[in-house]
Amino acid sequence: MATLAAVLATTHHPFYLKATTAPVEEQIPQAAEWKRKVEAYRATLTRAQPDILVMVGADHFHQFFLDNYPTFLIGKAPRYDATFYNEEREFGIPKYVLEGHEDLSRFMHEGLMDRGFDFAFSHELKIDHSIICPIITTRPQADLPVVPIYTNIFAPPLPKPKRFWDLGRAIREVIDAYPSDKRIAAVGSGHLSLELGGPRQFGEHGPDPDFDRKAIEWLSNGDIEAILENVTHESMTQSGNATHGFMDLILMMGIAGPEKAAYVDCLDLYHTMEAYFTWYPGEETP
Amino acid sequence: MSKYYVNKFLYTVDRDPEFLRRYKEEPRAFVTTWEQSIGPRLNESEVTTVTGFTDAEREALINHDYVALFEMGAHFFLSLTIFIAIYDEDYMHKHGPLSFQREFAAKLQHWRGREYPTIAL
Ligand SMILES: [Fe+2]
Repeated sequence: MATLAAVLATTHHPFYLKATTAPVEEQIPQAAEWKRKVEAYRATLTRAQPDILVMVGADHFHQFFLDNYPTFLIGKAPRYDATFYNEEREFGIPKYVLEGHEDLSRFMHEGLMDRGFDFAFSHELKIDHSIICPIITTRPQADLPVVPIYTNIFAPPLPKPKRFWDLGRAIREVIDAYPSDKRIAAVGSGHLSLELGGPRQFGEHGPDPDFDRKAIEWLSNGDIEAILENVTHESMTQSGNATHGFMDLILMMGIAGPEKAAYVDCLDLYHTMEAYFTWYPGEETP
Repeated sequence: MSKYYVNKFLYTVDRDPEFLRRYKEEPRAFVTTWEQSIGPRLNESEVTTVTGFTDAEREALINHDYVALFEMGAHFFLSLTIFIAIYDEDYMHKHGPLSFQREFAAKLQHWRGREYPTIAL
């Protein structure tokens, strides 16, 4: 059976690349620290020596729009182009081509259907910065085959937080059951408190530092009970109108299970708090 | 109220450099063209008859009025992205980084602490 080598849950900040490669005199004050933290985080994936990446993200109206927006979708293509024109324009993110892994995509799709998750699927998927940002930060050589999974954290009505946790648990079961000697890592991105296109956007900190502090603590401790007690669609809206991306971090913790994270880091930036978590399921926490 | 169609405008224009240029330079003429020949496209060969803005929606789009769009419940991501594309560079040269994003937020301050208009359709 396959080995789940690591689970990474990270915020995605589309300006990371620009912020850390701009001429030094144009960089934000935290750029060097940010780069250090990202490189340290990257090492947590490298040391797991993965062969395949299961990547979780959410399409920001790039391939999918309100005429046909999937709640949960899996990519099943042999290869994935990445980065849309408007992401290059706004964030300066380059184009990528990622290899797919059709066999694991098929096994994952069937396994999730068997477990009560009726996924939409795509054989021609171009992926956006919700997956490319974590590639840039955690695997910039972009050399591993991926299985992309998209969730709807973006176009209401959204699934409930519990559903994201349950989906994470189901993904874990499918990875554990995959008949292969490969090492699989799951890498997913979301947000802490976040405001876009509203009165609290682009402040000195994220819109709800108090939520961010608690959310980091819950994820660090694998405390799904506290999350399900405290986090609802309404509470996330109060923390910032785009905070629902937090549910993808809940999903990632679902893949790891209710365990303490082996690695936790964060960085308070303008506009939003960055946070990085890694679990090594089945290994003793150091 | 045709929130879907407003979002369709923002979505189709933001992803196309030529549409975006025309919307920036001649918004009134471009919104008219869009309503006539771009909005009704379902795909390359099919059209839809489920179209149309209210007068208020049309005016908000023509005026690049992101406050009105916020108040109508246009999707925040589409509205932020397209107006960054239109204004960020000019603001950056005149007033420094993030000045457009911060003005955008400032113009919406009266919504702080209140329940925002829903983006649900
Ligand atoms: Fe995002």
